[in-house]
Amino acid sequence: MILQGIAFYVFAALLVASGVMVISSRNPVHSVLFLILAFFQAAGLCLLMGAEFIAMILVIVYVGAVAVLFLFVVMMLDINFRELRQGAMEVLPLGGLIGLILFAELAAVLGGWIVAPGVEKLAGSPTPSIDTVSNTVALGRLMYTQYVYLFQACGIVLLVAMIGAIVLTLRHRVGVRKQDIGAQLARRRDEVVAIRKVTTGEGV
Amino acid sequence: MAEFLNGFLLPLIIMVLKILSITVPLLVAVAFMTYAERKIMGAMQLRQGPSIVGPFGLLQPFADGLKLFAKEQILPEGANRVVFYVAPMITFFLALVAWAVIPFDYGLVLSNINVGVLYLFAISSLGVYGIVMAGWASNSRYAFLGALRSAAQMVSYEVSMGLIIISVLLCVGSLNLTEIVKAQETVWFAIPLFPMFIMFFISALAETNRSPFDLPEGESELVAGFMVEYSSAPFALFFLGEYANMILMSAMTSILFLGGWLSPLPFAPFTWIPGVVWFALKIAACLFTFVWVRATMPRYRYDQLMRLGWKVFLPFSLFWVVLTAGVLVTFGWLPK
Repeated sequence: MILQGIAFYVFAALLVASGVMVISSRNPVHSVLFLILAFFQAAGLCLLMGAEFIAMILVIVYVGAVAVLFLFVVMMLDINFRELRQGAMEVLPLGGLIGLILFAELAAVLGGWIVAPGVEKLAGSPTPSIDTVSNTVALGRLMYTQYVYLFQACGIVLLVAMIGAIVLTLRHRVGVRKQDIGAQLARRRDEVVAIRKVTTGEGV
Repeated sequence: MAEFLNGFLLPLIIMVLKILSITVPLLVAVAFMTYAERKIMGAMQLRQGPSIVGPFGLLQPFADGLKLFAKEQILPEGANRVVFYVAPMITFFLALVAWAVIPFDYGLVLSNINVGVLYLFAISSLGVYGIVMAGWASNSRYAFLGALRSAAQMVSYEVSMGLIIISVLLCVGSLNLTEIVKAQETVWFAIPLFPMFIMFFISALAETNRSPFDLPEGESELVAGFMVEYSSAPFALFFLGEYANMILMSAMTSILFLGGWLSPLPFAPFTWIPGVVWFALKIAACLFTFVWVRATMPRYRYDQLMRLGWKVFLPFSLFWVVLTAGVLVTFGWLPK
Protein backbone atom coordinates (compact mmCIF):
# COMPACT_ATOMS: atom_id res chain seq x y z
CA MET A 1 0.00 0.00 0.00
CA ILE A 2 3.00 2.29 0.38
CA LEU A 3 3.25 2.58 -3.40
CA GLN A 4 -0.34 3.81 -3.66
CA GLY A 5 0.33 6.34 -0.92
CA ILE A 6 3.38 7.66 -2.71
CA ALA A 7 1.45 7.79 -5.99
CA PHE A 8 -1.32 9.80 -4.36
CA TYR A 9 1.04 12.40 -2.94
CA VAL A 10 2.98 12.68 -6.19
CA PHE A 11 -0.22 13.17 -8.23
CA ALA A 12 -1.73 15.60 -5.73
CA ALA A 13 1.42 17.70 -5.38
CA LEU A 14 1.96 17.84 -9.15
CA LEU A 15 -1.70 18.74 -9.68
CA VAL A 16 -1.48 21.72 -7.33
CA ALA A 17 1.89 22.77 -8.68
CA SER A 18 0.79 22.65 -12.31
CA GLY A 19 -2.44 24.45 -11.41
CA VAL A 20 -0.37 27.28 -9.97
CA MET A 21 1.87 27.29 -13.04
CA VAL A 22 -1.17 27.60 -15.35
CA ILE A 23 -1.96 31.04 -14.00
CA SER A 24 1.56 32.21 -13.24
CA SER A 25 3.63 31.21 -16.27
CA ARG A 26 4.53 34.02 -18.67
CA ASN A 27 3.93 32.22 -21.93
CA PRO A 28 0.31 31.23 -22.68
CA VAL A 29 1.48 28.10 -24.50
CA HIS A 30 3.25 27.01 -21.34
CA SER A 31 0.03 27.71 -19.46
CA VAL A 32 -1.89 25.35 -21.72
CA LEU A 33 0.79 22.70 -21.38
CA PHE A 34 0.61 22.97 -17.60
CA LEU A 35 -3.18 22.77 -17.84
CA ILE A 36 -2.77 19.49 -19.72
CA LEU A 37 -0.41 18.26 -17.01
CA ALA A 38 -3.04 19.19 -14.41
CA PHE A 39 -5.72 17.22 -16.30
CA PHE A 40 -3.39 14.30 -16.38
CA GLN A 41 -2.72 14.38 -12.65
CA ALA A 42 -6.46 14.65 -11.98
CA ALA A 43 -6.97 11.54 -14.11
CA GLY A 44 -4.31 9.79 -12.03
CA LEU A 45 -6.14 10.73 -8.83
CA CYS A 46 -9.43 9.39 -10.26
CA LEU A 47 -7.62 6.17 -11.08
CA LEU A 48 -6.37 5.83 -7.51
CA MET A 49 -9.93 6.27 -6.25
CA GLY A 50 -11.07 3.40 -8.47
CA ALA A 51 -12.98 5.64 -10.88
CA GLU A 52 -11.18 4.21 -13.91
CA PHE A 53 -13.83 5.13 -16.49
CA ILE A 54 -13.94 8.78 -15.42
CA ALA A 55 -10.14 8.90 -15.49
CA MET A 56 -9.92 7.58 -19.03
CA ILE A 57 -12.73 9.80 -20.30
CA LEU A 58 -11.01 12.79 -18.69
CA VAL A 59 -7.84 12.02 -20.62
CA ILE A 60 -9.60 11.24 -23.92
CA VAL A 61 -12.02 14.17 -23.94
CA TYR A 62 -10.13 16.94 -22.17
CA VAL A 63 -6.52 16.12 -22.90
CA GLY A 64 -6.98 14.36 -26.23
CA ALA A 65 -9.50 16.69 -27.83
CA VAL A 66 -10.35 19.90 -25.97
CA ALA A 67 -6.82 20.81 -24.93
CA VAL A 68 -5.50 20.10 -28.44
CA LEU A 69 -7.86 22.74 -29.82
CA PHE A 70 -6.86 25.04 -26.98
CA LEU A 71 -3.20 24.60 -27.77
CA PHE A 72 -3.95 25.03 -31.46
CA VAL A 73 -5.62 28.39 -30.91
CA VAL A 74 -3.10 29.69 -28.39
CA MET A 75 -0.16 28.79 -30.63
CA MET A 76 -1.74 30.67 -33.54
CA LEU A 77 -2.25 33.81 -31.47
CA ASP A 78 0.29 36.52 -32.02
CA ILE A 79 0.07 38.54 -28.84
CA ASN A 80 2.43 40.74 -26.94
CA PHE A 81 2.81 38.98 -23.62
CA ARG A 82 4.23 41.98 -21.81
CA GLU A 83 1.24 44.17 -22.65
CA LEU A 84 -1.03 41.41 -21.50
CA ARG A 85 0.75 41.28 -18.16
CA GLN A 86 0.33 45.00 -17.50
CA GLY A 87 -3.45 44.79 -17.47
CA ALA A 88 -3.39 41.83 -15.13
CA MET A 89 -3.05 43.89 -11.94
CA GLU A 90 -6.18 45.94 -12.76
CA VAL A 91 -8.47 42.94 -12.93
CA LEU A 92 -6.90 41.30 -9.91
CA PRO A 93 -9.57 42.51 -7.42
CA LEU A 94 -12.36 41.23 -9.68
CA GLY A 95 -10.60 37.92 -10.22
CA GLY A 96 -9.96 37.61 -6.52
CA LEU A 97 -13.63 38.29 -5.79
CA ILE A 98 -14.77 35.61 -8.26
CA GLY A 99 -12.26 33.20 -6.77
CA LEU A 100 -13.53 33.96 -3.30
CA ILE A 101 -17.16 33.39 -4.32
CA LEU A 102 -16.25 30.11 -6.01
CA PHE A 103 -14.30 29.04 -2.97
CA ALA A 104 -17.21 29.90 -0.66
CA GLU A 105 -19.62 27.97 -2.89
CA LEU A 106 -17.29 25.00 -2.95
CA ALA A 107 -16.99 25.11 0.84
CA ALA A 108 -20.79 25.31 1.13
CA VAL A 109 -21.23 22.34 -1.19
CA LEU A 110 -18.65 20.28 0.65
CA GLY A 111 -20.20 21.29 4.00
CA GLY A 112 -23.66 20.32 2.77
CA TRP A 113 -22.28 17.05 1.47
CA ILE A 114 -21.26 15.92 4.92
CA VAL A 115 -24.22 17.35 6.83
CA ALA A 116 -27.11 16.22 4.61
CA PRO A 117 -28.78 13.01 5.80
CA GLY A 118 -28.31 9.83 3.81
CA VAL A 119 -25.56 11.27 1.65
CA GLU A 120 -22.78 9.66 3.67
CA LYS A 121 -23.85 6.21 2.51
CA LEU A 122 -23.85 7.32 -1.13
CA ALA A 123 -20.49 9.00 -0.87
CA GLY A 124 -19.00 5.86 0.62
CA SER A 125 -20.07 3.55 -2.20
CA PRO A 126 -21.18 5.40 -5.34
CA THR A 127 -21.14 2.15 -7.31
CA PRO A 128 -22.21 -1.32 -6.25
CA SER A 129 -19.28 -3.33 -4.95
CA ILE A 130 -16.37 -3.39 -7.39
CA ASP A 131 -16.22 -7.20 -7.47
CA THR A 132 -19.72 -7.72 -8.87
CA VAL A 133 -19.96 -4.98 -11.43
CA SER A 134 -17.23 -2.91 -13.07
CA ASN A 135 -17.10 0.83 -12.99
CA THR A 136 -18.11 1.28 -16.62
CA VAL A 137 -21.08 -1.07 -16.39
CA ALA A 138 -22.35 0.65 -13.24
CA LEU A 139 -22.15 4.08 -14.87
CA GLY A 140 -23.79 2.84 -18.05
CA ARG A 141 -26.67 1.24 -16.19
CA LEU A 142 -27.36 4.41 -14.26
CA MET A 143 -27.03 6.70 -17.22
CA TYR A 144 -29.14 4.72 -19.69
CA THR A 145 -31.95 3.81 -17.30
CA GLN A 146 -32.56 6.30 -14.54
CA TYR A 147 -31.10 9.38 -16.20
CA VAL A 148 -31.76 8.50 -19.83
CA TYR A 149 -33.88 11.60 -20.59
CA LEU A 150 -31.39 13.97 -18.99
CA PHE A 151 -28.60 12.22 -20.85
CA GLN A 152 -30.41 12.60 -24.16
CA ALA A 153 -31.20 16.22 -23.35
CA CYS A 154 -27.46 16.84 -22.82
CA GLY A 155 -26.80 15.30 -26.20
CA ILE A 156 -29.34 17.55 -27.88
CA VAL A 157 -27.90 20.65 -26.23
CA LEU A 158 -24.46 19.73 -27.53
CA LEU A 159 -25.82 19.03 -30.99
CA VAL A 160 -27.57 22.39 -31.11
CA ALA A 161 -24.40 24.12 -29.95
CA MET A 162 -22.40 22.37 -32.65
CA ILE A 163 -24.87 23.24 -35.40
CA GLY A 164 -24.95 26.81 -34.11
CA ALA A 165 -21.17 27.08 -34.28
CA ILE A 166 -21.16 25.75 -37.83
CA VAL A 167 -23.96 28.08 -38.95
CA LEU A 168 -22.20 31.09 -37.43
CA THR A 169 -18.85 30.40 -39.09
CA LEU A 170 -19.97 28.95 -42.41
CA ARG A 171 -19.69 31.33 -45.33
CA HIS A 172 -20.05 30.42 -48.95
CA ARG A 173 -17.33 31.90 -51.06
CA VAL A 174 -17.72 32.18 -54.79
CA GLY A 175 -15.02 31.29 -57.24
CA VAL A 176 -13.40 28.60 -55.12
CA ARG A 177 -12.01 25.72 -57.12
CA LYS A 178 -13.20 22.63 -55.34
CA GLN A 179 -12.74 18.99 -56.12
CA ASP A 180 -16.03 17.25 -56.89
CA ILE A 181 -15.22 13.59 -56.51
CA GLY A 182 -18.67 12.47 -57.70
CA ALA A 183 -18.37 14.44 -60.93
CA GLN A 184 -14.85 13.13 -61.47
CA LEU A 185 -15.90 9.53 -61.12
CA ALA A 186 -19.00 10.01 -63.27
CA ARG A 187 -16.94 11.12 -66.28
CA ARG A 188 -16.90 8.73 -69.21
CA ARG A 189 -14.01 8.27 -71.58
CA ASP A 190 -15.84 9.41 -74.70
CA GLU A 191 -16.97 12.65 -73.03
CA VAL A 192 -13.45 13.88 -72.39
CA VAL A 193 -11.17 12.15 -74.88
CA ALA A 194 -11.44 12.55 -78.63
CA ILE A 195 -9.23 10.68 -81.05
CA ARG A 196 -8.50 12.55 -84.28
CA LYS A 197 -6.54 11.54 -87.28
CA VAL A 198 -4.00 14.31 -87.83
CA THR A 199 -2.48 14.59 -91.27
CA THR A 200 1.13 15.70 -91.44
CA GLY A 201 1.74 19.40 -92.00
CA GLU A 202 -1.87 20.49 -91.37
CA GLY A 203 -2.56 20.16 -87.65
CA VAL A 204 -5.96 19.70 -86.06
CA MET B 1 11.92 -3.19 7.88
CA ALA B 2 10.26 -6.43 6.82
CA GLU B 3 7.09 -4.50 6.08
CA PHE B 4 9.04 -2.02 4.03
CA LEU B 5 10.65 -4.87 2.12
CA ASN B 6 7.43 -6.76 1.41
CA GLY B 7 5.15 -3.79 0.98
CA PHE B 8 7.36 -1.53 -1.07
CA LEU B 9 10.70 -2.81 -2.27
CA LEU B 10 9.70 -6.25 -3.50
CA PRO B 11 6.63 -5.14 -5.49
CA LEU B 12 8.69 -2.28 -6.93
CA ILE B 13 11.47 -4.59 -8.10
CA ILE B 14 9.02 -7.09 -9.59
CA MET B 15 7.18 -4.30 -11.37
CA VAL B 16 10.38 -2.83 -12.81
CA LEU B 17 11.48 -6.27 -14.02
CA LYS B 18 8.09 -6.84 -15.68
CA ILE B 19 8.24 -3.44 -17.37
CA LEU B 20 11.77 -4.15 -18.64
CA SER B 21 10.68 -7.52 -19.99
CA ILE B 22 8.22 -5.67 -22.23
CA THR B 23 10.19 -2.57 -23.21
CA VAL B 24 13.50 -4.24 -24.07
CA PRO B 25 12.01 -6.69 -26.62
CA LEU B 26 9.90 -3.81 -27.92
CA LEU B 27 12.94 -1.65 -28.55
CA VAL B 28 14.71 -4.52 -30.28
CA ALA B 29 11.58 -5.02 -32.37
CA VAL B 30 11.60 -1.32 -33.27
CA ALA B 31 15.23 -1.57 -34.33
CA PHE B 32 14.55 -4.52 -36.58
CA MET B 33 11.34 -2.92 -37.84
CA THR B 34 13.43 -0.18 -39.45
CA TYR B 35 15.62 -2.87 -40.98
CA ALA B 36 12.61 -4.88 -42.17
CA GLU B 37 11.05 -1.80 -43.71
CA ARG B 38 14.15 -1.03 -45.75
CA LYS B 39 14.53 -4.67 -46.80
CA ILE B 40 10.88 -5.05 -47.83
CA MET B 41 10.82 -1.75 -49.69
CA GLY B 42 14.06 -2.73 -51.34
CA ALA B 43 12.59 -6.03 -52.50
CA MET B 44 9.48 -4.29 -53.78
CA GLN B 45 11.53 -1.76 -55.74
CA LEU B 46 14.03 -4.33 -57.04
CA ARG B 47 16.86 -3.09 -54.84
CA GLN B 48 18.90 -4.91 -52.23
CA GLY B 49 18.28 -2.75 -49.20
CA PRO B 50 20.86 -2.67 -46.38
CA SER B 51 23.32 -5.52 -46.93
CA ILE B 52 26.76 -4.34 -45.82
CA VAL B 53 26.76 -4.11 -42.02
CA GLY B 54 26.72 -7.60 -40.53
CA PRO B 55 25.27 -10.72 -42.17
CA PHE B 56 22.45 -9.66 -44.58
CA GLY B 57 22.85 -6.16 -43.14
CA LEU B 58 21.29 -7.30 -39.87
CA LEU B 59 23.41 -4.93 -37.79
CA GLN B 60 22.37 -1.90 -39.85
CA PRO B 61 19.78 -0.58 -37.30
CA PHE B 62 22.40 -0.56 -34.54
CA ALA B 63 24.91 1.19 -36.77
CA ASP B 64 22.26 3.79 -37.61
CA GLY B 65 21.42 4.21 -33.93
CA LEU B 66 25.05 4.72 -32.96
CA LYS B 67 25.51 7.19 -35.78
CA LEU B 68 22.46 9.19 -34.69
CA PHE B 69 23.52 9.38 -31.07
CA ALA B 70 27.05 10.41 -31.98
CA LYS B 71 25.87 13.39 -34.03
CA GLU B 72 25.78 16.97 -32.86
CA GLN B 73 22.68 18.24 -31.11
CA ILE B 74 21.47 21.51 -32.56
CA LEU B 75 19.13 23.88 -30.78
CA PRO B 76 17.61 26.32 -33.27
CA GLU B 77 17.83 30.02 -32.49
CA GLY B 78 14.72 31.36 -30.79
CA ALA B 79 13.55 27.85 -29.96
CA ASN B 80 11.85 27.13 -26.70
CA ARG B 81 14.50 24.99 -25.06
CA VAL B 82 12.44 22.99 -22.56
CA VAL B 83 9.49 22.28 -24.86
CA PHE B 84 11.89 21.49 -27.69
CA TYR B 85 13.52 18.71 -25.72
CA VAL B 86 10.38 17.51 -23.93
CA ALA B 87 8.46 16.92 -27.19
CA PRO B 88 10.46 13.92 -28.47
CA MET B 89 10.51 12.48 -24.96
CA ILE B 90 6.71 12.62 -24.82
CA THR B 91 6.41 10.93 -28.21
CA PHE B 92 8.74 8.13 -27.18
CA PHE B 93 7.27 7.76 -23.69
CA LEU B 94 3.69 7.50 -24.97
CA ALA B 95 4.68 4.90 -27.55
CA LEU B 96 6.12 2.72 -24.79
CA VAL B 97 3.62 3.29 -22.00
CA ALA B 98 0.66 2.03 -24.03
CA TRP B 99 2.11 -1.50 -24.00
CA ALA B 100 1.19 -1.87 -20.32
CA VAL B 101 -2.28 -3.16 -21.16
CA ILE B 102 -1.56 -5.28 -24.27
CA PRO B 103 -2.23 -8.96 -23.53
CA PHE B 104 0.41 -11.15 -25.21
CA ASP B 105 -1.31 -14.38 -24.22
CA TYR B 106 -4.06 -15.41 -21.83
CA GLY B 107 -3.04 -13.81 -18.52
CA LEU B 108 0.26 -12.57 -19.94
CA VAL B 109 -0.30 -8.86 -19.47
CA LEU B 110 1.39 -6.23 -17.31
CA SER B 111 -1.85 -4.74 -15.97
CA ASN B 112 -5.18 -6.30 -16.84
CA ILE B 113 -7.37 -3.22 -16.36
CA ASN B 114 -11.09 -3.09 -17.06
CA VAL B 115 -10.86 -0.08 -19.35
CA GLY B 116 -7.98 -1.36 -21.49
CA VAL B 117 -9.41 -0.11 -24.78
CA LEU B 118 -10.08 3.33 -23.36
CA TYR B 119 -6.54 3.44 -22.00
CA LEU B 120 -5.08 2.63 -25.41
CA PHE B 121 -7.37 5.17 -27.05
CA ALA B 122 -6.38 7.82 -24.50
CA ILE B 123 -2.68 7.19 -24.99
CA SER B 124 -2.91 7.25 -28.76
CA SER B 125 -4.89 10.49 -28.62
CA LEU B 126 -2.04 12.04 -26.64
CA GLY B 127 0.45 11.31 -29.39
CA VAL B 128 -0.46 14.58 -31.06
CA TYR B 129 1.16 16.58 -28.25
CA GLY B 130 4.67 15.45 -29.01
CA ILE B 131 4.26 16.59 -32.59
CA VAL B 132 2.48 19.88 -31.86
CA MET B 133 4.98 20.81 -29.16
CA ALA B 134 7.89 19.95 -31.45
CA GLY B 135 6.44 22.06 -34.24
CA TRP B 136 5.82 25.05 -32.03
CA ALA B 137 9.07 24.92 -30.07
CA SER B 138 11.24 24.67 -33.18
CA ASN B 139 10.40 28.27 -34.12
CA SER B 140 10.30 27.35 -37.78
CA ARG B 141 7.59 27.79 -40.41
CA TYR B 142 7.93 24.31 -41.86
CA ALA B 143 7.85 22.63 -38.48
CA PHE B 144 4.84 24.65 -37.39
CA LEU B 145 2.89 23.88 -40.56
CA GLY B 146 3.67 20.21 -40.12
CA ALA B 147 2.50 20.32 -36.53
CA LEU B 148 -0.77 22.04 -37.44
CA ARG B 149 -1.47 19.53 -40.16
CA SER B 150 -0.75 16.68 -37.82
CA ALA B 151 -3.00 18.06 -35.09
CA ALA B 152 -5.92 18.39 -37.50
CA GLN B 153 -5.26 14.98 -39.01
CA MET B 154 -4.96 13.04 -35.77
CA VAL B 155 -8.01 14.66 -34.19
CA SER B 156 -10.09 13.92 -37.30
CA TYR B 157 -9.17 10.28 -37.53
CA GLU B 158 -9.60 9.65 -33.82
CA VAL B 159 -13.32 10.35 -34.14
CA SER B 160 -13.94 7.59 -36.64
CA MET B 161 -11.52 5.31 -34.81
CA GLY B 162 -13.54 5.74 -31.63
CA LEU B 163 -16.72 4.76 -33.47
CA ILE B 164 -15.03 1.71 -34.98
CA ILE B 165 -13.89 0.63 -31.51
CA ILE B 166 -17.45 1.11 -30.25
CA SER B 167 -18.79 -1.28 -32.87
CA VAL B 168 -16.28 -3.89 -31.66
CA LEU B 169 -17.18 -3.22 -28.04
CA LEU B 170 -20.86 -3.75 -28.82
CA CYS B 171 -20.02 -7.30 -29.86
CA VAL B 172 -17.90 -7.94 -26.76
CA GLY B 173 -19.71 -6.20 -23.93
CA SER B 174 -16.50 -5.33 -22.14
CA LEU B 175 -13.67 -2.79 -22.36
CA ASN B 176 -11.13 -5.33 -21.16
CA LEU B 177 -8.65 -6.36 -23.85
CA THR B 178 -8.43 -9.95 -22.63
CA GLU B 179 -12.23 -10.20 -22.81
CA ILE B 180 -12.16 -8.77 -26.32
CA VAL B 181 -9.79 -11.48 -27.51
CA LYS B 182 -11.75 -14.20 -25.68
CA ALA B 183 -14.96 -13.04 -27.39
CA GLN B 184 -13.35 -13.87 -30.76
CA GLU B 185 -12.94 -17.57 -30.04
CA THR B 186 -15.79 -18.50 -32.40
CA VAL B 187 -14.99 -16.01 -35.14
CA TRP B 188 -12.48 -13.20 -35.50
CA PHE B 189 -14.14 -9.81 -35.68
CA ALA B 190 -12.36 -9.13 -38.97
CA ILE B 191 -14.98 -11.34 -40.68
CA PRO B 192 -18.34 -10.00 -39.42
CA LEU B 193 -16.99 -6.46 -39.12
CA PHE B 194 -14.87 -6.56 -42.28
CA PRO B 195 -15.44 -2.94 -43.42
CA MET B 196 -14.55 -1.74 -39.93
CA PHE B 197 -11.34 -3.78 -40.02
CA ILE B 198 -10.24 -2.08 -43.23
CA MET B 199 -11.24 1.35 -41.94
CA PHE B 200 -9.45 0.79 -38.65
CA PHE B 201 -6.29 -0.09 -40.50
CA ILE B 202 -6.54 3.01 -42.68
CA SER B 203 -7.21 5.15 -39.61
CA ALA B 204 -4.18 3.56 -37.98
CA LEU B 205 -2.09 4.67 -40.95
CA ALA B 206 -3.40 8.21 -40.51
CA GLU B 207 -2.98 8.10 -36.74
CA THR B 208 0.68 7.10 -36.95
CA ASN B 209 1.32 9.67 -39.72
CA ARG B 210 2.43 6.95 -42.06
CA SER B 211 2.35 7.02 -45.82
CA PRO B 212 0.00 7.69 -47.67
CA PHE B 213 -1.06 10.08 -44.89
CA ASP B 214 2.42 11.29 -43.92
CA LEU B 215 1.53 14.92 -44.61
CA PRO B 216 2.91 16.21 -41.27
CA GLU B 217 6.39 15.35 -42.50
CA GLY B 218 5.68 15.47 -46.25
CA GLU B 219 9.22 16.09 -47.41
CA SER B 220 8.32 17.44 -50.82
CA GLU B 221 6.44 20.43 -49.34
CA LEU B 222 7.58 20.75 -45.73
CA VAL B 223 11.15 19.37 -45.89
CA ALA B 224 10.55 17.04 -42.95
CA GLY B 225 7.57 18.67 -41.25
CA PHE B 226 7.68 18.85 -37.49
CA MET B 227 11.10 17.17 -37.34
CA VAL B 228 12.98 19.69 -39.52
CA GLU B 229 14.97 21.21 -36.68
CA TYR B 230 15.74 18.01 -34.83
CA SER B 231 19.02 16.18 -34.96
CA SER B 232 20.90 13.51 -33.06
CA ALA B 233 19.22 11.90 -30.01
CA PRO B 234 15.94 13.90 -30.06
CA PHE B 235 15.47 12.94 -33.69
CA ALA B 236 16.22 9.32 -32.82
CA LEU B 237 13.52 9.47 -30.14
CA PHE B 238 10.96 10.71 -32.69
CA PHE B 239 12.01 7.97 -35.05
CA LEU B 240 11.77 5.25 -32.41
CA GLY B 241 8.45 6.65 -31.23
CA GLU B 242 7.00 6.51 -34.74
CA TYR B 243 7.99 2.89 -35.23
CA ALA B 244 6.90 1.85 -31.73
CA ASN B 245 3.55 3.48 -32.50
CA MET B 246 3.29 1.49 -35.71
CA ILE B 247 3.87 -1.73 -33.80
CA LEU B 248 1.35 -0.62 -31.19
CA MET B 249 -1.31 0.11 -33.80
CA SER B 250 -0.66 -3.28 -35.41
CA ALA B 251 -1.06 -4.90 -31.99
CA MET B 252 -4.33 -3.03 -31.53
CA THR B 253 -5.56 -4.17 -34.95
CA SER B 254 -4.73 -7.78 -34.15
CA ILE B 255 -6.39 -7.62 -30.73
CA LEU B 256 -9.55 -5.91 -31.93
CA PHE B 257 -10.03 -7.73 -35.23
CA LEU B 258 -7.61 -10.63 -35.70
CA GLY B 259 -8.19 -12.52 -32.46
CA GLY B 260 -5.05 -11.49 -30.56
CA TRP B 261 -3.18 -14.58 -29.36
CA LEU B 262 -5.81 -17.06 -30.66
CA SER B 263 -4.71 -19.58 -33.27
CA PRO B 264 -6.46 -19.25 -36.64
CA LEU B 265 -7.99 -22.74 -36.41
CA PRO B 266 -8.88 -24.15 -32.97
CA PHE B 267 -7.41 -27.67 -33.35
CA ALA B 268 -4.22 -29.69 -32.97
CA PRO B 269 -1.30 -28.52 -35.09
CA PHE B 270 -2.26 -24.88 -34.69
CA THR B 271 -2.91 -24.93 -30.96
CA TRP B 272 0.54 -26.41 -30.25
CA ILE B 273 2.12 -23.11 -31.16
CA PRO B 274 2.02 -20.75 -28.16
CA GLY B 275 -0.28 -17.74 -28.31
CA VAL B 276 2.58 -15.25 -28.12
CA VAL B 277 3.90 -16.52 -31.44
CA TRP B 278 0.50 -16.16 -33.12
CA PHE B 279 0.19 -12.66 -31.71
CA ALA B 280 3.66 -11.74 -32.98
CA LEU B 281 2.87 -13.21 -36.41
CA LYS B 282 -0.34 -11.19 -36.66
CA ILE B 283 1.50 -8.01 -35.67
CA ALA B 284 4.18 -8.80 -38.25
CA ALA B 285 1.53 -9.27 -40.94
CA CYS B 286 0.00 -5.88 -40.12
CA LEU B 287 3.43 -4.24 -40.12
CA PHE B 288 4.21 -5.78 -43.48
CA THR B 289 1.03 -4.18 -44.82
CA PHE B 290 2.15 -0.83 -43.34
CA VAL B 291 5.35 -1.07 -45.36
CA TRP B 292 3.58 -2.43 -48.41
CA VAL B 293 1.23 0.55 -48.42
CA ARG B 294 4.19 2.89 -48.13
CA ALA B 295 5.91 1.29 -51.09
CA THR B 296 2.84 1.42 -53.35
CA MET B 297 0.64 4.42 -52.55
CA PRO B 298 1.27 8.06 -53.49
CA ARG B 299 0.74 10.64 -50.76
CA TYR B 300 -2.78 12.02 -50.29
CA ARG B 301 -3.49 15.67 -50.88
CA TYR B 302 -4.41 17.46 -47.66
CA ASP B 303 -8.04 18.34 -48.52
CA GLN B 304 -8.61 14.78 -49.73
CA LEU B 305 -7.32 13.46 -46.44
CA MET B 306 -9.75 15.63 -44.50
CA ARG B 307 -12.60 14.73 -46.83
CA LEU B 308 -11.90 11.02 -46.34
CA GLY B 309 -11.87 11.39 -42.56
CA TRP B 310 -14.95 13.53 -42.07
CA LYS B 311 -17.16 12.81 -45.07
CA VAL B 312 -16.51 9.11 -45.66
CA PHE B 313 -15.18 7.41 -42.55
CA LEU B 314 -17.19 9.27 -39.94
CA PRO B 315 -20.68 8.77 -41.47
CA PHE B 316 -19.92 5.19 -42.46
CA SER B 317 -18.56 4.15 -39.05
CA LEU B 318 -21.51 5.86 -37.36
CA PHE B 319 -23.87 3.96 -39.65
CA TRP B 320 -22.04 0.73 -38.86
CA VAL B 321 -22.36 1.28 -35.10
CA VAL B 322 -26.13 1.66 -35.52
CA LEU B 323 -26.24 -1.37 -37.80
CA THR B 324 -24.23 -3.54 -35.40
CA ALA B 325 -26.38 -2.51 -32.47
CA GLY B 326 -29.53 -3.15 -34.52
CA VAL B 327 -28.43 -6.62 -35.60
CA LEU B 328 -27.33 -7.58 -32.09
CA VAL B 329 -30.63 -6.46 -30.56
CA THR B 330 -32.82 -7.97 -33.28
CA PHE B 331 -31.27 -11.43 -33.10
CA GLY B 332 -30.77 -11.34 -29.34
CA TRP B 333 -26.98 -11.71 -29.66
CA LEU B 334 -26.17 -8.94 -27.19
CA PRO B 335 -23.39 -10.10 -24.86
CA LYS B 336 -24.45 -10.43 -21.26
